[in-house]
Amino acid sequence: MSKQQQHWEKTRNLLFITLAIWFVFSIGIFFFGAEMEASSIRPFGYPLSYYMTCQGSLGIFVILIFWFAGRQEKIDEEFGFTEREDD
Amino acid sequence: MIKGKFIDNLPKVYGIYTGGFLVFIILMAIAEQAGMTAKMIGIFFVAFTVAIYAIIGYLSRTIQVDAYYVAGRQVPTVFNGMATAADWMSGASFVAMAGGIYFKGYGYMALLVGWTGGYVLVASLLAPYLRKFGCYTVPDFIGTRYGGNVARLSAVLVLTVASFTYVTAQINATGTIASVALDIPFGIAVYVGLASILLCSMLGGMRAVTWTQVAQYIVLIIAYLLPVFWISNKMGAGVFPHLMLADEVARIGELESQFGLGTVKNSAADLATVPKGLAGITKAHAEVNTTPWKFISLAVCMMAGTASLPHVMMRYFTTPSVKAARRSVGWSLFFIFLLYCSAPMLATLSKLSLMDPTLPTGIIGKSIAEVQAIDWYQNWNQANLMFISDFNGNGTLELNEFFMGGKAVVLATPEIAGLPYVISGLVAAGGMAAAMSTADGLVLAIANALSHDLYYKIIDPKAETAKRLIVARVLLVIIGFAGATIAALEIQGILGSVIWAFDFAMSGLFFPLVLGVWWKRANAQGAVAGMLLGLASGTAYLVWVRTGGAGFWGVTQLTFGIVGSLVSLISMIVVSLITKAPDSATQKMVDEVRVPSGKTVLGKQH
Repeated sequence: MSKQQQHWEKTRNLLFITLAIWFVFSIGIFFFGAEMEASSIRPFGYPLSYYMTCQGSLGIFVILIFWFAGRQEKIDEEFGFTEREDD
Repeated sequence: MIKGKFIDNLPKVYGIYTGGFLVFIILMAIAEQAGMTAKMIGIFFVAFTVAIYAIIGYLSRTIQVDAYYVAGRQVPTVFNGMATAADWMSGASFVAMAGGIYFKGYGYMALLVGWTGGYVLVASLLAPYLRKFGCYTVPDFIGTRYGGNVARLSAVLVLTVASFTYVTAQINATGTIASVALDIPFGIAVYVGLASILLCSMLGGMRAVTWTQVAQYIVLIIAYLLPVFWISNKMGAGVFPHLMLADEVARIGELESQFGLGTVKNSAADLATVPKGLAGITKAHAEVNTTPWKFISLAVCMMAGTASLPHVMMRYFTTPSVKAARRSVGWSLFFIFLLYCSAPMLATLSKLSLMDPTLPTGIIGKSIAEVQAIDWYQNWNQANLMFISDFNGNGTLELNEFFMGGKAVVLATPEIAGLPYVISGLVAAGGMAAAMSTADGLVLAIANALSHDLYYKIIDPKAETAKRLIVARVLLVIIGFAGATIAALEIQGILGSVIWAFDFAMSGLFFPLVLGVWWKRANAQGAVAGMLLGLASGTAYLVWVRTGGAGFWGVTQLTFGIVGSLVSLISMIVVSLITKAPDSATQKMVDEVRVPSGKTVLGKQH
């Protein structure tokens, strides 16, 4: 496998992980709105359903993007595909 | 000249700007104490901020193509994040969102999830690759990746339909705020709004829009957060509302049952007397009040729409590198998060201020005559945004007898909660900034697509730089006027048009863009079929549902993008597979796009 193919394979795997986490917090948990509301887990005292829509999922997305960007940079570095600063 | 220096000095420049703005707010507060009228304060706030944007717009004027289209590709990560956040957060986010949450609760908050979750798709599927491509516009990518004018034209078509739907809503919002703040008729205010929008973008294109958007973000975030923190502290609800309003949320639940929410219903005859566009509280504040599918389908449409809307995507063409584009998406979402996680808090504080009889601001349970005598009630009633009526004739205001416009939640809450008027002026300036920045981005996206992709790439490829930029500016003015003219007709509410824009963009562009990077086998025929059939089927479904059609799968007029994008995906795959695979040059191009290093696919100037 060429260097480029390996790079793309790793990139694609990272995409799948990222999208899986994204799916859980943007779609998955909202199948269980009623269960979340009844749950005894109450972040800062809010009902869990309310908290996830106001802050929880939103905050996770922010962290997820920065995590994804960091991982992708590592992959690019590993295969020497990082941009030169003066590009 | 200023360029190199300006970029290096950005934190300092915007630091001074922010300090200056805070000083201005303090000066206004002093002026209010000294007896300046509310009306003058409103005028000062809007006029002062718009004048600053115009000056920034003028200072950023340019005669270079890459500065005009992509701000010279040198916007640093964090600042591009701020600009994108302003670009993104429209009048709908600023003025209408807290109102929507106030009235509809959980079901409405699908928009919060959708409008943030979409950025994960932007970061992982598209932005870095399109940045590597080196295009000026979104159709530029489609046209080059798939090859041929038909693909390019189809992309221009989808882009125009989606962005134009969106921009009329934003010009409408600037008009609404300008008309309230400057006290002029809406029909004229729309054109005042338009003039301010054009001042920011005409001379400097993307470069001017970038630097005004950063300035607008600073104004709008201060204008949103200051009242939230202030009201929360004044009410004693918590120093840091986002983490401390759980008791207030629970208290609203108590009051709701105490006031008979959901049990006391208004008769149709009573409701007919309520002015159009105003609503009462009919849904519980924090309860899960919608089916999972309704919530999820709306969130999915907003997420895919986010990833397909050209005015957002083109912001990531302005970063210096692919790596910067990726990080910049994270910063964008962070800056958006600051406002979005505050909107539910504002809705909570606003509702409690009005409802709780133990607070001095509470009006429910007071006598009708007493409420009618309140200053702010009279003002907002006159502006057609508030209404009370003694339906049951007991002389006391009940929860089901109080009606408010969605916009009033953001615009009127500072006044209701007893904050000085200077805060209301600030909020008006913030709303104006939010609507203007989005309108700027959208008008520019349409004008750039028409001037670069239609005029330069298809009609007159030999046009000189000067001529290209003149055409771009003329188109900008024409599109602005067309948008303002339609906005003046007030066909659809602000929020409705915004949601439609997402569905249009998702129907036509989502899969052609994503598969352009992630599926090498996708070819021009497939992409054209995907764009045109997606847009056509989405539009057909919308028209069908609007004209009384029953719809299927629970897809409503707010989520028609689900139908459009599914048709788009299927037709794109089927047509691609039954026609010839893209040639090796195209395949190589896709390989190039997939690695960050090396030259961009399209040259620096093209």
